[in-house]
Amino acid sequence: MDKQKKEPLIHITKRKEISKKHEWAIRLGSILIALVVCAIITTITTHLNPISVYATMIDGSFGSERKIWALLKELSILLMVSVALAPAFKMKFWNLGGGGQVMAGVLATATCMITLDEKLSNGMLIFVSLIAALIAGALWAFIPAFCKAKWNTNETLFTLMMNYVATQIVAYYIIIWETPKGSGKIGIINPNTNAGWLPTVAGKQYLLPVLISIAVTIFMYIYLRYSKQGYELSVVGESQNTAKYVGINVGKVIIRTLILCGLICGLTGWLLVAGTDHTMTTTLEAGRGFLGVMVAWLAHFNPLGMVLSGLLMVFMSRGGGEISTAFGLNKSFGDILTGVILFFVIGSEFFINYQVHFRKSHRKEAADV
Amino acid sequence: MFSLVTFIPRAIVQSIPLLLGCIGETLNEKSGSLNLGIPGVMYVGAICGVIGSFFYENSGAAFNPVIGLIIPIVCCMLGSLMMGLIFCFLTVTLRANQNVTGLAMTTFGVGFGNFFGGSIIKLTNAEVPSIALSATSKAFKASLPFAGKAGVFGKLFLSYSFMTYVAIAIAIFTAYVLKRTRTGLELRAVGENPATADAAGININRYKYFSICIGCMIAGIGGLYYVLDYASGVWSNDAFGDRGWLAIALVIFSIWRPNWAIWESMLFGGLYILYLYIPTGANFAMKEIYKMLPYVVTIIVLIAISLRNRHENQPPESLGLPYFREDR
Repeated sequence: MDKQKKEPLIHITKRKEISKKHEWAIRLGSILIALVVCAIITTITTHLNPISVYATMIDGSFGSERKIWALLKELSILLMVSVALAPAFKMKFWNLGGGGQVMAGVLATATCMITLDEKLSNGMLIFVSLIAALIAGALWAFIPAFCKAKWNTNETLFTLMMNYVATQIVAYYIIIWETPKGSGKIGIINPNTNAGWLPTVAGKQYLLPVLISIAVTIFMYIYLRYSKQGYELSVVGESQNTAKYVGINVGKVIIRTLILCGLICGLTGWLLVAGTDHTMTTTLEAGRGFLGVMVAWLAHFNPLGMVLSGLLMVFMSRGGGEISTAFGLNKSFGDILTGVILFFVIGSEFFINYQVHFRKSHRKEAADV
Repeated sequence: MFSLVTFIPRAIVQSIPLLLGCIGETLNEKSGSLNLGIPGVMYVGAICGVIGSFFYENSGAAFNPVIGLIIPIVCCMLGSLMMGLIFCFLTVTLRANQNVTGLAMTTFGVGFGNFFGGSIIKLTNAEVPSIALSATSKAFKASLPFAGKAGVFGKLFLSYSFMTYVAIAIAIFTAYVLKRTRTGLELRAVGENPATADAAGININRYKYFSICIGCMIAGIGGLYYVLDYASGVWSNDAFGDRGWLAIALVIFSIWRPNWAIWESMLFGGLYILYLYIPTGANFAMKEIYKMLPYVVTIIVLIAISLRNRHENQPPESLGLPYFREDR
């Protein structure tokens, strides 16, 4: 029997190791191919010149100082959500509830700002709302984590449903507190007194959120990399049985990690209301809970890498918004482009983890040996 | 005010998109793929059908109900097939993480739906931001002519469009295939333990590709049903909402059994619109609390299933894991 003929055309093996350079070359290559595909899609669907579309997107993100600050603000909020989700995913706990946990923080902060604005001094009000937001975010993460640890309840759907529960509670309070009555929205909270608003640092409105997100990102990098707790959660993620065998209390690690996750999400919600937006809407979280999952995953749960993957996402959404106004396109066009880029980056992981041998090269290798 | 005879038919109409999405996701999960892209698939399916029927209705040709039915269904299935192929290629061939791929597909799909929906809305130059496909919808909603005369019985059982019955038939047929046929047995083997199935000579990739693609096409039809049947042919952006996620939750609720999903989707459909029927007077805020019901019930069911922890109620064992033969 001729063995050569039976050999399949493509043969796939797992790579043992890959140099960092090679890895990044594959990743950047996939983004470049994705941009070319996006350009083709843009030309076919909108008949616009793709180069001018990309130029507009770059202009929309980096065009002026104001735009750069807006980009930084978006990036820091998204980064905080992604950083919050990273330890949970590293533990293989699929927390899709980042959005709900942020909304819990949003609700707690807005509640404090609306009900306590005349009873407390401004500094106290900011402090109390921060504590409330942290507790609310942690509670929202604790409930599914407890059920997972205790009864192994499916966390993916549990956290997902908690998003909607949080959104509906927010919708309820928006109607209770709507100003003016019947408008169905809250508007800017405390517009005259600015009670509960975060102070502006060095005259830049968004500097404080940016600084906080940098601090949180560095904290998480150290936590995951050098702390005992970070090591424990990665053991749980790799193999629960190993973790049990070496004496790690798996349930405790799950609950502890998720509380940390909820705390950071609550903090993000607090920043959104007290720091940047000063209002509460049902869509304030704006899908960052899902986007954060992808940002964290693309960076392999490395908080520093998330700065880059987060920047890519924010660039796509800001740029997508800019092309919608500049060319009269629908705002969702940015989502399509983001989706295409994601497909390519997700697909590129395969070429990082596996090596593809074609039949010809395989034979040559055999000859070399 | 509250009348079961008007409530139940509306709940059933509401339930069919959930049911079809749930069957699609069940097929995905039975092959070991947790496809979180189903909400995106349903959007794409819906908008592809809408695009097809929009151009047919506006082509100037005389409207033929049969062609008017076939065009959107075929377009919808092609669109959702495309999404299914993207998911298969990334997760089965390239072994990517299913959760991330699914979320990316949802981002893409919702964007795709809203972009093309928005573009067509612009083409129509209408005052309201929606597309109305009245002729196609009329063809879709055609029900048995004597249903109106059959009283309460007719209203409860006969007043629906043909797609409703087709959806229920699909559910029963899928349950039959999964449980009683060799194909279903082999598919379940792929989802439970692909290595064993592989050793038994089952072509893993072929089963995964077929079940994911067929599942996505069924889910896409669910999106189409929502637009052409439930919403009377009116597409407006983001109207489909979170039904895709509820469909995924329904899979667990029905413990991976499409025939059970029929009743449970009706229950969910009822919960979804119950807030319209609970009298709250001028207290609109309470309505927002009642809208929470389907999600809270899902959470309770999730906990209850995990508490009972019976072997036959568990998800397919290799759900969410990619399969690589050489990993063994």
